[in-house]
Amino acid sequence: MNKPGIILDVQHLSMRFGGIMAVNDLSFEARRGDITALIGPNGAGKTTVFNCITGFYKPTTGMLRLTHENGRTFLLERLFDYRVSKVAKVARTFQNIRLFSGMTALENLMVAQHNSLMRASGFSLLGLIGAPTFHTAERHAIERARHWLDRIGLTARADDAAGNLPYGDQRRLEIARAMCAEPALLCLDEPAAGLNAREGEALSELLLSIRKEHGTSILLIEHDMSVVMEIADRIVVLDYGVKIAEGTPREIRNDPKVIAAYLGADEETAIEVMEQDA
Amino acid sequence: MTDQTSPTSKPKRAPQTNAAFILKKSLLSAFVALILFSLMIGIRTEAGPTGQLIYWTRFGDLAIMAVIVFAGSILTELFRQWLAKRHHAPILPENITRGASSLGRLVVPLLLIFAFLVPVIFYKQRYILDLGILVLTYVMLGWGLNIVVGLAGLLDLGYVAFYAVGAYSYALLSTTFGLSFWICLPLAGILAAFWGMLLGFPVLRLRGDYLAIVTLAFGEIIRLVLLNWQHVTGGPNGISGIPRPTLFGIPLTAGESGLAAHLGIPFSPTHRLVLLFYIILALALLTNWVAIRMRRLPIGRAWEALREDEIACRSLGINTTTTKLTAFATGAMFAGFAGAFFATRQGFISPESFTFQESALVLAIVVLGGMGSQLGVVLSALALIGGFELFRGFEQFRMLAFGGAMVLLMIWRPRGLISHREPSLFLATRTKVSSDLVKEGR
Amino acid sequence: MEYFSQQLINGLVLGSIYGLIAIGYTMVYGIVGMINFAHGDIFMIGGFIALISFLVLVSLGITAVPVVLLLVVLVAMAITALYGWTVERIAYRPLRQSFRLAPMLSAIGMSFVLSNFSQVAQGARVKPVPPIVTGGYTLLENNGFVVRLSNIQIIVVLTTVVLLGIFSWMVTRTRLGRDMRACEQDQTMAALLGVDVDRTISMTFVIGAALAAVAGMMYLLYYGVVDFYMGFVAGIKAFTAAVLGGIGSLPGAMLGGLAIGLIETLWSAYFSSEYKDVAAFSILIIVLIFMPTGLLGRPEVEKV
Repeated sequence: MNKPGIILDVQHLSMRFGGIMAVNDLSFEARRGDITALIGPNGAGKTTVFNCITGFYKPTTGMLRLTHENGRTFLLERLFDYRVSKVAKVARTFQNIRLFSGMTALENLMVAQHNSLMRASGFSLLGLIGAPTFHTAERHAIERARHWLDRIGLTARADDAAGNLPYGDQRRLEIARAMCAEPALLCLDEPAAGLNAREGEALSELLLSIRKEHGTSILLIEHDMSVVMEIADRIVVLDYGVKIAEGTPREIRNDPKVIAAYLGADEETAIEVMEQDA
Repeated sequence: MTDQTSPTSKPKRAPQTNAAFILKKSLLSAFVALILFSLMIGIRTEAGPTGQLIYWTRFGDLAIMAVIVFAGSILTELFRQWLAKRHHAPILPENITRGASSLGRLVVPLLLIFAFLVPVIFYKQRYILDLGILVLTYVMLGWGLNIVVGLAGLLDLGYVAFYAVGAYSYALLSTTFGLSFWICLPLAGILAAFWGMLLGFPVLRLRGDYLAIVTLAFGEIIRLVLLNWQHVTGGPNGISGIPRPTLFGIPLTAGESGLAAHLGIPFSPTHRLVLLFYIILALALLTNWVAIRMRRLPIGRAWEALREDEIACRSLGINTTTTKLTAFATGAMFAGFAGAFFATRQGFISPESFTFQESALVLAIVVLGGMGSQLGVVLSALALIGGFELFRGFEQFRMLAFGGAMVLLMIWRPRGLISHREPSLFLATRTKVSSDLVKEGR
Repeated sequence: MEYFSQQLINGLVLGSIYGLIAIGYTMVYGIVGMINFAHGDIFMIGGFIALISFLVLVSLGITAVPVVLLLVVLVAMAITALYGWTVERIAYRPLRQSFRLAPMLSAIGMSFVLSNFSQVAQGARVKPVPPIVTGGYTLLENNGFVVRLSNIQIIVVLTTVVLLGIFSWMVTRTRLGRDMRACEQDQTMAALLGVDVDRTISMTFVIGAALAAVAGMMYLLYYGVVDFYMGFVAGIKAFTAAVLGGIGSLPGAMLGGLAIGLIETLWSAYFSSEYKDVAAFSILIIVLIFMPTGLLGRPEVEKV
């Protein structure tokens, strides 16, 4: 039962850790080509949802159906961790940047293209004997890496160790690395964390251009509301592992339940505040 | 990691209290040493002539030890304060080590030429040739383990197991089936690689320390099995009469069919040594070449990425299990080759040669060299094996010194001699990555 | 049946010894996250110190068994604890901030230093000692087979129980125990709250060494021999016990020790004694593959 135009269909996702229900019966849809944002106060379970989607946790219950443009579907909750990226083409970044800090920026981007290069190198055998098919594939991979380095403005620092790069550059490099894996769905965990206003705007531009040029669907966890409100097409709001709202940025902005959750108050207080405001 | 306690960061003191401080510390160290050694050195026990335990006292030795500790403590403190005055600059400044390894571009070809000429230069000295063969064997083992520990960051404390598999494979195949060394060599490697995959598969998802001790356990199990499975492995007597290598089927013996007779030169047992030297040199260079090539291939890059951050690897679609297995199996294969060579060089093998000490020695060579560095392995093998040889005749103190050296070297230079990493490909400029940024694996 | 009962008793006694050593491993791993490869050799040193102390005391004319035992245990614990303290200060503390391999190699180096030190200092030959504690009780007699509970076995088990009691009390009731548990959870926070992390870690090593010393003395009394190599094998088995019981769990260490002791004794009795070490090492591998958190350990969820 494929819903047209939906790339990720999350149904009744629940994740339990011991006695704690981190995510409780969450259902939402991410449309293809959309930028969908997942927001909510700290501890709402957003990263847990990500980890379930990207294969790092096995959901307690629920279905995560990913549909490619060509109609192929994958049940992410059944895929083994690395296969979510390799086969289902879901890439991600991490809340605490996980770059290969001892490797250069260029090497980081090359690792992302590992699978296609492995095939081209005949699982290393062709590569060992120096077969031309591998050389060609490697050159293409370097080209793709160079393209992304230009996109994020790091060409000059391509041969610097990733760990030496400034924070903002590291964040962008992580995104570029995820994109080098040519994903259908890009999951970003707080990409704007620690960025100042100018960097945040650059990030928004980058994400919008990614969406425009590659048609990649983006799923985004973010606390920075300026970024979210500017680029998100749809927003899903979580609180204590439960979805409390879903809609367009405008709808969410005016939803008393959301305001209540962020204020830490109850809904009546939120409505009062909003009416006073109005 | 926060800098919680730095015993090295002392506040500035006036010179007088400095001397008093050093004196106090050294007295304390000497006192501690006195207690520690009071019974172990002060009293010497031995099984007496009738089987009961007797002892005699060695208080003189005890006093000497205490004095040595006292003096050594003073020296160490002085040294440490001298270091602190230089504002904790490393003993060899960064640019010297960096310069040294750009010199490495010269050093490497020089070393290579020298290695090729060793049998020529030292033809008359069997001892040096023997030593050279020993060093090269450990260099090969170091390069092999480097793939597992240095590149992929997998802590393997049981490398000697694959060494043993290679040695015993060749020994058994040649003594049972009469197969020649050249046929058995690849077989030994394949068998070792196979064992590597077998042993690696269940355990490679374990974290650092656990993986280390499990591989240690594997190594010991294999040694115990070799020791006790008498009718196959000969037990503690091992296997002897292992055939020596031939050159294109021509044996290196003194008789008519020997190589010397063929070439029309007088026979000398040194010929065999020379042949062995070139064989191990070739094998080691093969190991090196494969390791370098693989590092530039996606699999090698995946190994290094695995060492840096396994979770990020998984998120990029890399099958970490097969990646780890290939590293493990490749390293095992080269250990297998080295083992086969060891068997043919000695003509005789027994489980005694495959103890945990060997694994620790090879690991020390790899870590001391600086993880992932090919040149570093050569330098540290020369240093450690050469150092070992200096202790010939003082067998008892050898392992003691080795252990002490390991502790000291880890404290002084935990990152090894070569303290940086060379990236496997460049866009524009050749750069080097400082070891501080490079992770060590889980 | 009688044979089995005897093996059961023997296994439990051996297991108590392993358990005492295992506690040292599990405490250190819990607090600094490293496997103290030199701990097995600390156990061996404890055995040697006990041996030498016995000799000296006996030759000084002190022959009353309880007095000798008490003195030896105190001396062995004190000196071996000092060894443990020294090892930590020299080989581990400078490397605490360093990357993972450095302390491990340092520990391996220390292990070599300790075992070869005793070889150099006391000679490589095995040192036998005449039985100091003799006698025992016959529990069962059937079909000509006697099940005996010897006095030394009773002493071992009693000592272990007493030590465990003291130790558990210490961990739960005293300030030091609280500091240790705090450091286990979060070192940085503990330091910020005024816990002397260095001292706490040192004390952990010291206590572990003291317990290992008692184990060493028990081993000497029970088996009548010490040799410089016994630390290595016993160390791995004790670590297996710690893992089996759940690393970080004290009752687990004891439980694991008993289990390993039983398995080793029964295997040796019913299958083959040459491969008993192989059996113990295999347990380590099996436990780590299938049950890495052990019997009483807490499962760890990886934070992504």
